[in-house]
Amino acid sequence: MDNKLEPIVKALQEKFNVTYEEFRGEVHVFVTTEQIIEALMLLHDKFEFELLSALTAVDYFPQTLPRFHVIYQLSSLAKNVTVQLRVPVSGDQPKVPTATRVYANANWRERELLDMFGIEFEGHPDPRRILMPEGMDGHPLRKDFPLGYEEPQFTFNFEEIDLRKPYAKE
Amino acid sequence: MAQLEEVSVDLYKHLVSERALTGETMLLNMGPQHPSTHGVLRLLLELDGEVIVNAIPDIGFLHTGIEKNMEAKTYLKAEVMSDRLDYMNTTGNNLAYCMAVEKLVDLDVPPRAQALRVVLTELQRIASHLVWIGTFGLDLAAMSMFLYAFREREQVLDIFELCSGQRMMTTFIRPGGLWRDVPVEFETAVRDFIKIFPKRIDEYETLLTKNPILMDRLLGIGKLDAATALQHGVTGPMLRASGVNWDLRKARPYMGYEQYEFDVPVRTEGDTYARYLIRVQEFRESLKIVEQALNKLPMGPVRSDNRKFVAPPRSEIGVSMEALIHHFKLWTEGFPAPKSSVYSAIESPRGELGVFLEGDGGPKPYRVHWRTPSFDNLSVVSKLAKGHLVADLVAILASTDIVLGDIDR
Repeated sequence: MDNKLEPIVKALQEKFNVTYEEFRGEVHVFVTTEQIIEALMLLHDKFEFELLSALTAVDYFPQTLPRFHVIYQLSSLAKNVTVQLRVPVSGDQPKVPTATRVYANANWRERELLDMFGIEFEGHPDPRRILMPEGMDGHPLRKDFPLGYEEPQFTFNFEEIDLRKPYAKE
Repeated sequence: MAQLEEVSVDLYKHLVSERALTGETMLLNMGPQHPSTHGVLRLLLELDGEVIVNAIPDIGFLHTGIEKNMEAKTYLKAEVMSDRLDYMNTTGNNLAYCMAVEKLVDLDVPPRAQALRVVLTELQRIASHLVWIGTFGLDLAAMSMFLYAFREREQVLDIFELCSGQRMMTTFIRPGGLWRDVPVEFETAVRDFIKIFPKRIDEYETLLTKNPILMDRLLGIGKLDAATALQHGVTGPMLRASGVNWDLRKARPYMGYEQYEFDVPVRTEGDTYARYLIRVQEFRESLKIVEQALNKLPMGPVRSDNRKFVAPPRSEIGVSMEALIHHFKLWTEGFPAPKSSVYSAIESPRGELGVFLEGDGGPKPYRVHWRTPSFDNLSVVSKLAKGHLVADLVAILASTDIVLGDIDR
């Protein structure tokens, strides 16, 4: 591990009793949903992680406990280090407290996760879909959401497929 | 993204001021079909006369589901979609993706390929900034700038065409190196460009930099201080215009950027004019890097000879059974990547372009996430626009250099 990162991970371990993984020089720290805001605040205020580089999620369907990992990729400009926080979230009614008070750009990024994964962020100031249309069913980046495709239409089955094609007719 | 016919104030009640509900201020749509929104961005403006009270960006009109689609393709085939994200920075997207794949499977890139990648991405940065300066001028009523900028951009695109056969969607950078070596004419073409371009930048500057109309419209507009910029995750020229010296090429050098001497232009004003000056300066710095990389371009192979990840050259396939098997396996089944995740970022013309890549032990990425700089850079616009005129919003949007393909993915 990077020696600039060591005291940071140690501080997280002491305060939250977290576990961590290392892969290709990157450190992934696992925290729970209860701890995440405090952990982010600690990193932001005390260890100068000014930038929330990325906020994303991974769906481990069909695994349910936890089904999602919410991932916070933080960068420190002063120390020039990055750290990744991973929050395992359960599959039914996934909920994470919002990080908008710590990092302002979490606002849109959490909206994106709500839109794409259906993960709810408690206390979010503007919980609307961001990319998909309002009123759409389902969350596209979930693994149980099918990747849409179009059936190829040939002369012999053109009308048959046209009938069940989901675009607007009259 | 809201469907336009369904829009009512109800959806935005918590975002607009109370005066909008009584009809005291006006709600106005700007876009999605508006020439100065640089694509299909819709802004819902709350106006008090001509002064912006609130600006609410509405994005998603260009959502293409690239992240989802990539999960269904092998690591090699998914790369083709990376070009289509930020269509002004195609080689940069390729580089970001390839670096993530290389980090995930631990693959080395030969020095010649690294240097050529630097040349190509810096040329792409110039091309991207050229489109920016053209549309920037167009938005601020300096029409001729667009024509000049696109003349030079054509020259850069011709260089890409020379290498890859494609002008924009090149996919020339591949995991483990490049698709193939550059042709012999490449060096002369780039040197011609290096020779011509500094004079052209001077021409742009005589047109724009001290232009009183332009300065009137830019100075002091859309001020962004360093703390707010960082809070909103703003990166790239926008952050550097706010006085933060942060460039991933310097901070975490990749592809041998540490060998090249260049400056990172930083200004402290944080207004639209500072952003303009930063990007113009970046033209010159990019040229410096291209020239240095070309001067010490090492000889040697342009792709890794690790056959488990990189397809063998065409010439080998005819004579070696093993090469044929590798070629077949790589392009049908793909290579397996470990069950873990990496995050790797580059400095794109707009800021930190990061790729989060997770493998599941199989040949397809389990999850790809693109941390695109325009997404965060746009999210700060509503803050910048408050209290300015509608005409200033056009200047602010132009100075953020957003690309909607980058935002909506």
